[in-house]
Parts: sequence; C-alpha cells; structure tokens
Amino acid sequence: MIKLNINDKDYEVDESQGVPLLWAIREQCKLTGTKFGCGISQCGACTIHVDGKPTRSCITPASTAEGKKIRTIEGIQPDENTLHEVQKAWIEMQTPQCGYCQSGQIMSAVALLEANPSPSDEEIDAAMSGNICRCGMYGRIKEAIKRASVKIQKTSTL
Amino acid sequence: MKKWTRRAFIGAGVLAGGTLVLGIAIRPGNRSSKVADVIAKDGESVLNIWLKIAKDNTVTAIIPHSEMGQGVHTALAMMLAEELDADWSQIRFEEAPAIKEYANHAVAKGFLGGGPDVPKFLNETIDGVFLTAVKSLNLQITGGSASVRFTGQYGMRVAGAAARAMLVQAAAKKWGVADEEITVEKGLISHASSGQSASFGEMAPEAAKIKKPSDPILKTEKDFSIIGTSQPRFDIPEKVNGKAKFGIDVDVPNMKYATVAASPVFGGKLKSIDTSIEGKNGVIKVINLGNAAAVIADGYWQAKMAMASMNLDFDSGENAQINQEEIIDRYRREMDEVLANDELEIHHESGDVNAEFDQAATIVEGEYRVPFLAHATMEPLNCTVWVKGEEAEVWCGSQNPLGVAGAVAEELDIKQENVQVHNQLLGGGFGRRSETDIIIQATKIAKEVNYPVKLIWSREEDMQHDVYRELGISRMKAALDESGNPLAYQSQFIFRHHPTEAADIPYDVPNQQIRFSTPSSHVPWGNWRSVDHSTHGFYSESFVDEMAHGAKEDPLMFRKRLTKTEPRFQAVLDLVKEKSNWGSELPQNWGRGVAVHKSFGTYVAEVAEVEVDNSGKVKVHRVVCAADPGFAIHPDSFKAQMESGIIYGLAATMTGEITIKDGAVAQSNFHDYPVTRMMDSPKIETYIINSGNDPGGAGEPSTPIIAPAVTNAIFAATGVRIRELPIKNNSLGREGGLG
Repeated sequence: MIKLNINDKDYEVDESQGVPLLWAIREQCKLTGTKFGCGISQCGACTIHVDGKPTRSCITPASTAEGKKIRTIEGIQPDENTLHEVQKAWIEMQTPQCGYCQSGQIMSAVALLEANPSPSDEEIDAAMSGNICRCGMYGRIKEAIKRASVKIQKTSTL
Repeated sequence: MKKWTRRAFIGAGVLAGGTLVLGIAIRPGNRSSKVADVIAKDGESVLNIWLKIAKDNTVTAIIPHSEMGQGVHTALAMMLAEELDADWSQIRFEEAPAIKEYANHAVAKGFLGGGPDVPKFLNETIDGVFLTAVKSLNLQITGGSASVRFTGQYGMRVAGAAARAMLVQAAAKKWGVADEEITVEKGLISHASSGQSASFGEMAPEAAKIKKPSDPILKTEKDFSIIGTSQPRFDIPEKVNGKAKFGIDVDVPNMKYATVAASPVFGGKLKSIDTSIEGKNGVIKVINLGNAAAVIADGYWQAKMAMASMNLDFDSGENAQINQEEIIDRYRREMDEVLANDELEIHHESGDVNAEFDQAATIVEGEYRVPFLAHATMEPLNCTVWVKGEEAEVWCGSQNPLGVAGAVAEELDIKQENVQVHNQLLGGGFGRRSETDIIIQATKIAKEVNYPVKLIWSREEDMQHDVYRELGISRMKAALDESGNPLAYQSQFIFRHHPTEAADIPYDVPNQQIRFSTPSSHVPWGNWRSVDHSTHGFYSESFVDEMAHGAKEDPLMFRKRLTKTEPRFQAVLDLVKEKSNWGSELPQNWGRGVAVHKSFGTYVAEVAEVEVDNSGKVKVHRVVCAADPGFAIHPDSFKAQMESGIIYGLAATMTGEITIKDGAVAQSNFHDYPVTRMMDSPKIETYIINSGNDPGGAGEPSTPIIAPAVTNAIFAATGVRIRELPIKNNSLGREGGLG
C-alpha cells in the first residue's frame, strides 16, 4: 500500500501490478470524474495534474505519484461553492455534449492557463489536441478557454 | 390479433401529498403497473406518464429518452413548460423508468405512421395491433433524431396543454368564474377582474378532479415564449465538475470488475480456457463465454492484466480467410453478377434511363466507395449487472433501456418486470448504445456469481467488436442533354438498411433508376450516426457535383436549378450561398464545395472551404451550415448538434476507416483509427431557418454531407475527384509533392 495525496487529501492505495493512477483514483479512491477512454494516452479523457503538470493517468503507475500532489476534476474549484473560471466559461458556452471527455478537457485547459494565461489560437490547439471529443465541441472548448483567459487575466491584475 | 377500438385519453391522478400526475391512458387494458395505480382507473392502462405538479409548485417532466448530450431532457421539458405556461424556474425533469408503459408510443407512431397531426393523434382510435407491436418491440429508443419530433410534439406538448386546461377549469370552478376569463402566465393562474390568483401547486389537487381533456389546444408559433429560446441545459453543471454519472461510474456495494476478450475473428469460438489463475493477483473467476473469455477480478486493471497473461486459443473458422481486398473484390463482382442476371432490387424507378443513355450529349459516370466505420464513443462500452435469483438489476447508459430490460430477461429466462434498469448518462451514443450485445455478455458473466459485476471493455475490444457502418459501393451514371439538363440518373448500390429514403435524390431528373443488392458479409452491421444517409449523402452529393461540372454549371446554381419545386431546398441553398460568400475569391490552392441533403425531417446545406497544399495535405478551414429543421425548439442545442454532426462526419471523411485483416478488425485504438482533433477542426458557422414546418431531427442531419462538401471543395481546388473515402487514401500531392 502507498499513500496518494489527491486534492489535498490522503488516500491509501494498493499499487500492486503497476496499477495506473487512473484505476486507483476511480476504483480505490472512488473519484470517478477522471475518465477511462483509451488506456494508451491517445485521447486525454484521463488527464489529471501531478505536481501541476497535465498527466495522462491511464499510463502513469500509481507508485510514481507517491509524495506528489495530485489534482483531479473534483479538486479544481477554489471552494465548494465557487467554480473555477474555466468551469464558468464552460457553462457559459454550454460546451459539453455527452460530457464524457470534459473532465480531461477542463484539466488540460486549466493546466494550459496556469502555464500561459493568454494563449494564442495555435497554443490552444497545441495544448488541447491531445484531448479527443467525439461530440466535436472543439469550437466551444476553444472559445471557452479564451473567455476564461480574459477573466483570469482580469482577476490577476486586480 | 384483436383490433383495438377504444380511445386514448389523458389520464390524471393525485399522489400522496397532493401531487398531480398526468399521462396518456388507454382503455381497455390491464391495470398492472406502478404508474397505472396512480393515474389509471379499473379497465384502463397507462401509455405514458408525462408530468407531475407538486404542492411546492415544481413541475416535473418525465422524459422517456436518454441524455447523450443532445440536450433532450431540456428541450422536451421546454415543450411541456411552453404549453403549460409554466415558469421555467419551476421545471424539473426525471428520466422515465424502463418499464413497458413507457414504450415510446409517440416515437413509434411517428416512424410507422409518418407523423400524424398533433391533437388528432389523441382523438383517433388507437390501433391495438400497432400498440401491441410497439410494446413487443420494446421501443423506448433514443435515436432516429426522433425525441423532439415525436415525443415532444405528440407527448410533451399535449400533456402540458392538457394540464393547463385542467388547472384553468379547476380555478374557474373554485372561483365561480368562466374558464375564458382565467389567464395563466409564468406558473400563476389569475382572474383579473376579481383579483384572485393561485399557483400551480395550490390548484393541482383540484385540477386532478377535473375531467381530462382529450384534445387540448396547442399554441401556435407566435405565442411561444419558451420554445425557441436557448435555456441552459439541465445536464451541463455536473459535466464540468466530475459529478455526472455515466454507466462506467456506477458504484454498487460489493461490486467486482470484469473484462472480456472476444474472438478477434467474427464468429470464432474459444477452444478452452485455463482457470489456473483464479485466486491469484486479484483474479476471482475465469469464464468461457463461448465466443469470448471473461475475467472477474477485484479491479479492472487486475482483470485486464490477467486477460493479457492468458494464452487464448480461438477456433477462428472460415472467416479467418477474409481480407479487405477480397471483400471489395467480391462486392464488386457480385454487383456485376446481379446486374448481368437482372437480379437487382428496385429502390425507385421512373421513366426509361436506358433510352436516355443511348442518345445523351454527355454521360457522367463514377463508382463511389465508403469504408467500414466504428462508432468509437468516448466512453468504452460497459454494463453492470447484479443477478439475484429471479430478479436482476442493470446499470448502463443505453439508447434503448427497455430493450436492455428485455435482453436481460431473455438471457436469464425471467420476467421482464423483474429486471430493473438504472439508465445512466451516455458517454456518446451515435447508434452504438442502441445495441444490447454487451448487456447480454455482462448478464452471462453476472449470472455465474451472486454479486454485482461491472463489465468494462478495453478500447481495443470496443474498436474490434463494434457493429460497423458497412463498406458500401455505389455505381452512378447520368445523362445530360446539350444544354446540361439531366435526363437520366442511375445508381446501383449495395446494402439498404434505413431510412430507405436515403437513396432518393431531391433533383428534378425525369428518368431515374435506383437499384440495390445485398452481398453477404461477416462483419456485424449497426446503426451509425445518420445510418444510410451517411453513405448516400456522399454518393449522390458527390455525383451531382460531377453532373454539374459535366453541365459546365456552377455546382450550387445547378442544385438550385434542379430543386425549383422544393422551397426548403431552395432556402437552405440560398442561405448557405449568402453566408459562405459563394463565388468570392479564395487563396491559391483553396476550394469551396457545396452539398445539400434532407434527412430525419431536416434540410441541411453545407459549404466547406478547403486548402490542399502541394504535398497533398488537406485542411478544412471553414464550414458554413444552413439548416431548416422546421422549427428549432432549442436553437443553441440545435447548433451544437450541427457542429457535432459535422465534426463526427469529418473524422470519417478524412481518416475514418476500419479494415479487415484475416477476418478481424485491423485497427485497435485511436492511434490507428484517428478521429478529428482540435487542430484539425474547421471554424463552423450554423444558420437556422425556422420555416414553420414540423420539427425535424437535430442529432444526425449535418453528418451525411460534410464528406461531399469537402471532396467537392477538393475538386474545386485541385481538379481531383475523390470517389473513395477516407480522403487519406487518395493521392493529392502535386509539383513533386509526396502525395
């Protein structure tokens, strides 16, 4: 057993057989917002942050994350009653359709904006093209990122 | 079968606590179900229950369709709220339980009957044969772009209007005034001259005592205040915080996990299975399912690792000899043979095409081909089943929850009412989640144990054991006179599923011959977004483009000229022409292509702007979409569906291809079945025409024509006509490019 720190909370996890973070988080920690899509780092549905870096949890062994700070979709709100600017923009644009890929999309977008608060179109494409959306909501995702970017910059200059 | 001659009517009743329930009841019938106890009297049975009005003034719409992101729960609740004159903030929804009373009568009637007038449907006698057919077919299906078209129009709106009429009559009676003097606005029932008013909740118990109207009057478009607006969707908040529950997220106490590996070759059998790994590394049980191996373990990963460690020996049978090239050759050879032997089935025939071919000034000919396609929904298939003796519970995201109940009951040989289906959100459907193959497989596994089992397919299993859009071929030929007028149109295609009108063309061509045949195939077929429209959209809209070029006419104006008697085609073509700046100059190596098609009651025209660089790389920059769905109930969701259908179709256009190698699917995951990503996505603009016709579908109609819009644009840019999809298999390089 190892200890994982997820969204500032400690969880005991059985890391045997090289279980990837994805399955430890979903089945052992019961945080099901992080999704299984492909299992080979092709679709981005399982994206989480490990020490702030966007990480594909489906190919990352849980054992490698011991002692690191893991953040999932359940942990991005500043507090229980306040949405992250990215979530607000997502709702404003009515972005999700089926919604299955959206945790991963949002985690990639949050990581992008934390590293680069005012990304260009090309930078958004580069950061987001690892996340597949079969409902094809790329136009809305892109627009939502731009809206969130404006809000985040405003907040940071206050 | 006995003919049903009694009337369908609106049934109502009161639940404990004073909640008014309203539904559609029918007599005679058996009073059997839970809802019937509430709203039907002796000798009546309930067809559908549509709404509840509680004392706390909330109105709950009960919706017999699955949410897969198309916003159906919101749109249908809006239709009900509109007729009720409810305040939108008091509206809630519940997804209907998967019991037979929710067999989607309105959907079936819409499909089988071709769309009756709204109130008339309730007035008319219900044909018992038809009703029995609906129930036995287990129709509670979300598909065919049908939810708004049928359930919304014939169910939700009628229920809302009926409830409103009952509330008004109850108020009039209580206040001793005339019905006509009562107004209802935003959930408040008022009588102006006496100054009296009441909320829905206050009046609901009284309203339940009112005789139910059988033909409530529906609003006309000019009175709409909720329909036609874009209310925020109910399902979105939980889709941005990780709380939305999909089938794969279900957590049942004491649940274990399973995965499977089916014979890679369709039709193959598992020879034997080694159970020696049971009890080790979290593995609980290994099962031979006949055509697949299953492993039950403490977690998905343990099941997957165990599966990978086993040497599975399949008897692949004769299908293992089948390869992609052989399939194409055989289909083509069979097309030659049925033509030579005069064994083609006729889809449509008018006039005499051969006479025109003999004397035409210009003949245009081409053979088109499209590949097998997988659905590749984001959420891999999964299903959780708990078998408890003569009862079972099922958790899944299905487009057809009643079908799920039926399939589980049949597999376990138990009564269908003993199967409880908990339908979850669907992580993409596109037709795939209308099937019950994984449901049956999960049931076979779960019946071996006495605890709940969640079966999850790997992406590889999902890709290689899909039900596929067929590999299709169409041979097209047209005759034009000296002025470029088409005299004859002929197509010979393979496989006709549905909707059958997909093979029709809207163009005014006096002589037409559209015929088909059905070669044998070992690859399982399934509904793929827009179904037969996905193939015929490409065939006919590419070929009409060839005809336009044969006539030396602008492709958009050619289409307009040949649809003069079709005002809705004219309108979408005019709008897409204007919004795309059709005819204006484009950069070098760019081209514009147009396509237009009607499917699921919605008319769509698309113009694609495409760049083909010297190496042959294709980039779709912009897509302009003009659509006439009759009336868009929720314009933003409608636009989202057009965008979605275009991107889904674009993946199939550019790279989508399943091929068969040694009888099995050669692709396995997104690396070899690439789909559209953000960097490949065009800017999409959608413009809606509310023509005042019956609402058409939204989920599918933009998909069929993105392929021809793009390939027609490639022709405009390069002069190369693409007749085989996907585009990646074609050489477009020039000037020493790689191509």
